[in-house]
Amino acid sequence: MGKYLSMVVAGLIFGFGLALSGMTKASKVLGFLDVTGNWDPSLLCVLGGAVVVTAIAFRFVLRRPAPLLEEKFNLPTAKFIDRPLVIGAVIFGIGWGIGGYCPGPGIALLAAPSWETWVFIPAMLLGAFLHRTVMPARNDD
Amino acid sequence: MENFTPISALLGGLLIGGSATLLLWLNGRIAGISNIASGIFARKPGDLSWRLLFLGGLVAGAGAYYLLFGDMPLPRANFPAWLLGAAGLLVGFGTCMGSGCTSGHGVCGLGRMSLRSLVATAVFLVIGIITTYVVRHVFGVA
Repeated sequence: MGKYLSMVVAGLIFGFGLALSGMTKASKVLGFLDVTGNWDPSLLCVLGGAVVVTAIAFRFVLRRPAPLLEEKFNLPTAKFIDRPLVIGAVIFGIGWGIGGYCPGPGIALLAAPSWETWVFIPAMLLGAFLHRTVMPARNDD
Repeated sequence: MENFTPISALLGGLLIGGSATLLLWLNGRIAGISNIASGIFARKPGDLSWRLLFLGGLVAGAGAYYLLFGDMPLPRANFPAWLLGAAGLLVGFGTCMGSGCTSGHGVCGLGRMSLRSLVATAVFLVIGIITTYVVRHVFGVA
């Protein structure tokens, strides 16, 4: 029971933080990516703030033999820079630069439903499903 | 730079990092939204509920913020729907192929000092900047 509750709580904090940071607004994200326009560096503060926390806290967490509520850590195993990593990041970057939504803010569109919600989320899920169908052999990180 | 909101951005970032820490510490999971969402299609037994709970929490958390502060994002009036659909397809496909997105590679991967995540984050940031330039300033779509 506790491990399911912790999932909900982690999700709640994530979503609240995302909305507070402004990153659920495509205009804020595109305002950052559009470096030649009226540049808005807010995204750097979001990423910087988050990475400061994870970089410090993950050290302590990963020193433990196991997480508190599960038997083992579920961590990515891939080590090398390979083609799928780079090509995937390029494809994602194009989609992100067009729409202004990465997956977190994309899912968060459900909290402020509009036509963008019903276009972006099904398309994103279809893209993920297509990848699974086209390249079923790849391991998940 | 009058749109710059450093305080709320930093506070939001700290909360996102705190959430990622909580998920790793308690459940041993990486808070990568693309992987959590796309894993729904893997249909591994016993693997579905935690994904839906986390994503449901994410939506409720964003909703709680809008209820408390009323600062809801507004949909764009003149942005072509087909283009947003194409963006969604590319985001879904690309994050699966590249094993992560801004949260998985950016927030968590950089926190784990992963070289793969550093490369992925640099690539999608640079490509995102180039793409936004082309869409806004070459084709004039905003």
